[in-house]
Parts: sequence; structure tokens; C-alpha cells
Amino acid sequence: MTNVLVCVKRAPDPTGEVVLTDDGLRVDGRYAGYTTSAHEESAVALAVQLTEGSDGTVTVLSVGSEDSIEQIRAGIAVGATDGILVEADADLLGPADVADAIAQAVRARAEAGTTYDLVLLGNDAADTGDFQVGVRLAYLLDRPVAAGIQQVEVSDGRATLRGEGPDGTEVFEVDLPAVVTVLEGGVAPKYPSVMGRMRAKKAPVETVAWTGSAAGSGRQVLTVPEAPPSQVTVIGEGAAAAPALVSVLRELGVVSR
Amino acid sequence: MSVLVLIEVEGGSASLVSREALTFARDLGAGDLHAVVVGTPAPGVVADCAEAGVVAIHTAQDPALERGYAAAAWAAVVEAAGRAARADLVVAPGTGRGNEVLAHVAARRNLRMAANVVSVESLSPLVVQRQVVGGAALERATVDSRVRLMTMAGHAVEPVAAPSPGAATVTPLAITVDPKDLRAQVVRTEARETGDATGLTAARVVVGGGRGAGGPEGFGGVEALANRLGGAVGVSRVVTSLGWRPHHEQVGQTGSRIAPDLYIACGISGAIQHWAGCASSKTIIAVNTDPDAPMVTKANYAVIGDMHEVLPAVLDELA
Ligand SMILES: Cc1cc2nc3c(=O)[nH]c(=O)nc-3n(C[C@H](O)[C@H](O)[C@H](O)COP(=O)(O)OP(=O)(O)OC[C@H]3O[C@@H](n4cnc5c(N)ncnc54)[C@H](O)[C@@H]3O)c2cc1C
Repeated sequence: MTNVLVCVKRAPDPTGEVVLTDDGLRVDGRYAGYTTSAHEESAVALAVQLTEGSDGTVTVLSVGSEDSIEQIRAGIAVGATDGILVEADADLLGPADVADAIAQAVRARAEAGTTYDLVLLGNDAADTGDFQVGVRLAYLLDRPVAAGIQQVEVSDGRATLRGEGPDGTEVFEVDLPAVVTVLEGGVAPKYPSVMGRMRAKKAPVETVAWTGSAAGSGRQVLTVPEAPPSQVTVIGEGAAAAPALVSVLRELGVVSR
Repeated sequence: MSVLVLIEVEGGSASLVSREALTFARDLGAGDLHAVVVGTPAPGVVADCAEAGVVAIHTAQDPALERGYAAAAWAAVVEAAGRAARADLVVAPGTGRGNEVLAHVAARRNLRMAANVVSVESLSPLVVQRQVVGGAALERATVDSRVRLMTMAGHAVEPVAAPSPGAATVTPLAITVDPKDLRAQVVRTEARETGDATGLTAARVVVGGGRGAGGPEGFGGVEALANRLGGAVGVSRVVTSLGWRPHHEQVGQTGSRIAPDLYIACGISGAIQHWAGCASSKTIIAVNTDPDAPMVTKANYAVIGDMHEVLPAVLDELA
């Protein structure tokens, strides 16, 4: 049996135009909406894949405001078992604080009798991009950690992890319990079924408060850099532009004359 | 005081991003420039470091390190090098490895780390500008710890030789790797499956297709042009998440970063996360129905039109 904890963050949807709040301190999600980071969606999918057909469980945890329950339930809708919300003002937290909040929840669950063989996180969050929470968490829990993983298999208390390295697919074998940060690409994200959505509405989500004191992120202000003025040469329109395009290709030396 | 730079090695030389990090670190003017290399540095690496102005290259050669990459063990090496160099600033390339290794150092030493820095506004206190939201926004942040750690966003600076070369003396570190730091170590590296990302990142020409392709069957023109130009196919994330094409073809923040001589982006809007992966292309040609698409306004050349009409006409013209 494998119990997996997946940590997800409620982040402003970064695919559209980025609008900042007036104080420049955060991305204004009121326009773009909120989502779970792509890497974390993959982490949820991996966790569900790992436990399918077994009596293992998948718990989705989020550190943040009450609104983060939406991201927790989105995870449950695609197959997770239950959720934990660690309530905290995410804007005040830095990566060390988030790691501490997750570690606290993992220890509390252990005391209550549930240990997690694997804790999965996203490699980096879509908004803050700190690249540290998973690694810091592993040190707090004294567990091995691998980052940028795309595939996970578990057998006999060990996990085989695969991720892309500079020279090919790198394979790690780690003893459980372990911490893994996931990069999208190794597994297709799951889409919720109607049944899944129904289940997610009713599934238990435990709310706990983080009792640590925030070290913060060091953030002073955000800016959206202005796009440089366009320098584009429009070659033409539609099929009629083909000869002109080909002469550009010739000039660039990518086709022989 | 000095600055220490973690060097990643690629084909016997310091990788491009490592050379960028060296230039960046040197130009901060925060003291002597030191480098750390895990394993014996090849002559090419020593030469690259000397050219960048490095005075000393710290190395660790524990046989355990040679068995495979282990981020915690690399972090132990960086720590030892930091002590040897008396560095109060450590810089690594903003790659998967660079970010992971410095995150370990940060966690072990309870230090702050800023990822994907593009510029430094002040040295004491250290105030940086770094990329967030996949490069769509910049964050000004203070990095207030005893030793300051940062990784460099790719292509924030060009590698430039130092006015006078450094000595780049190779100085071995006396370090024995703690078995605990090898709990997560690469046990083997598997050759990528056929049609892997290496073809894409090495290609001189990349022809890209996005949602505008309309479906998996809409890539005929993209493939044919890529073949005709001896290049590779690249796609946007929409295309891989819809399952139209495999993930190893994805260009962007969460795909491959490409730097070909020519990128022809067809039916791709040019969202910032895609742009992050193709911005280093020498020349970009956009084919798009929308003259206001960011890909068009950022490109060097554009054809406004339907890729399903433009590409066949171009192929005919080339036939
Ligand atoms: C954390 C995160 C990471 C991401 N990483 C990546 C990444 O690595 N790579 C990536 O690409 N994206 C990434 N994205 C997604 C990115 O934000 C965009 O959603 C995506 O790049 C859009 O793909 P697209 O341009 O193909 O589609 P769209 O944005 O839908 O654009 C389609 C374009 O095609 C044009 N078009 C339509 N029909 C035609 C036609 N027949 N002929 C010509 N033009 C036509 C349209 O005018 C439009 O400009 C990421 C997003 C997040 C949140």
C-alpha cells in the first residue's frame, strides 16, 4: 500500500495577460482566474496512477487561503482521496515557510496514524517560481529528494524515478519515504468526470492552521516588463506570400539556391 | 570576499549558461571570481574559466560522485568550495541542476536563494530582479542571508571574456561524500527514446506548429517543411496537452529551450511561456492569421494568413 501526499498551490492562471494588483505586490487573479500549476496537475495524475487498483490513498494538500479548497477539490475530482488545507496567508510566505507548513501537516498526520510514503510537489510554482519548496521540505523531514521527475514506479518500499537530464533519461532509485518534485510531461493530466466532481464535493478536507512564524520571500514589488517595439517585416498575406517567404529563406541560407 | 560560480560541463567545455553565469558574476565586482566543478575539469573547462577571469577552480573527485549525479552531494561540494573560496555570494546557472543544487545548499544552511535572476540592483543588501510567472513578470527581491545564493536566468547576459584572463588554478577539495547525500543518486542514464528532444535543441532550423494546426492531422505542412529544410518539428503546449504531438517536441518554459538559426512558428500565439523557449532563435518567422498575435509582433518576419494555405504554397515554391 502506498500513501501519497500531493502538494498543490492555488496560483493565478499564468496563461493569459498578467495583470498586477495596484500595490504591485501580486498578480491579480481576478482577471485571469486561478488554477493549479501545470507541474502539480501532473503530480496529482502521477499519484492517482500509482495508487490505482490498490488500497493506497492520495491526499491533496494546499497551503493558502480558504479559496485553495477549490484546487484541493479539483485534485479529488480526478481521483485523490481526501484533502488538507493548511490555512495561511500565502502572500506572506516564502519557500521556507511553505515547506515548514507542509512538514507540520505531515508530522501531524503521522501522529494521527497516517504516514506518507511519497510526498509529491511541483518542481516550481507557476507564479513565484522559487524552485525550493520540495527540497527544503525533504530536509525538514529528513527524507531523500529528487527534483524534476516525470515518472514514478513503486515496489517493495522503493521508488524508481525518471526525469530528463542533460544526457538522457536519468533514473533514480530511492528508499521510501521520499520527497519528489514533478515536472510536467511524463503523464497526461487527468480531466474530472461528472462522478469525480460529485465525489469531490463531498470528500473530507481537513483544515488546520499553520503555527509557524513567516520568514517571508523578500519580495518588494512586481513589474511586467514592457514589450519592446515591434520590428517585424510583414512579408505578405496568405499563399501569395510564398515566393517572398522563400526568398527570405534563401537570404537566411537555410535553402540552397 | 569572493563570488563562487557552479559550472555545468557540456561536451568538455563549460556550458553556455555556465559561461553566462561567470560573466554575470564577474561583472558584479563583488570580489575574486571562483568556480566549482564536480569531477576533474577537462582542459576546455579550465580554459573557459580562465578566459572568464576565474582565479581558482575548486573540484571534488570522490569516486562516489562519479557513479552519478546526486544533488545533495553536489551541494556538499558547493559548500566546501564556498568555504575554501570564502565566498559570500554563490551563483549557478538557472537550469534544472543549478536550481536543484542551490536549493539543497539553501536548505542545508538555512539561507535564502533567488532563482532565475536577470539583474542585480544592489550588492549590500543584495537586491535582485528575477523572473517569475514563467518570465511574464519580474520580481524585485531582497536576498538577506549570510551567504547569498542565486541562479541566473538563461540568456540574461552574453558571455564575454575578462579584460585579463584569470589563473584558473585547479584546487582539489578534501571532501568525502556522506552516504546520506547519495540517497537520491542517478543509478543509470537511459538513451532517450527515438524522436527525442536532442534533435530539437540541436536543430539549426525548427518549424513549429500550435493550436492553429487544428488537430493532429494538421501537422503535415509543418513536418514537410521541417524535412525540406533539414530541421526539426517544435510545438506549443496546447498541442502536447491535447495529445496531438508528443511532449518532447514542446518548446517553452516547460518544454525545450531552442536556439536555432531560424524558427518558423505556424499557428502559435507566442504566449510568454512559449516565447521563453524560442526567444534565443536568431531569426523568427511567424505564420499566423492574427496580425496582432504576440508571435507576429515579436518576430523578425511574418506572413499573415492560414498556415494550411501558406505552408503548401511555400512547399510548392521550394519543390
Ligand atoms: C506553467 C505554464 C507553463 C507553460 N509552458 C509552456 C511551454 O513550455 N510551451 C508552450 O508553448 N506553452 C506553455 N504554456 C502555455 C502557454 O501559456 C499558451 O497557452 C500556449 O503556448 C498557447 O499555444 P498556441 O499558441 O498553440 O495556442 P493559442 O494561444 O490558442 O494560439 C493559436 C494561434 O494560432 C493562430 N491561428 C489559428 N488558426 C490558424 C491558422 N489556420 N493558421 C495560422 N494561424 C492560426 C491564432 O491566431 C493564434 O495566434 C505554459 C503555461 C503555463 C501556465
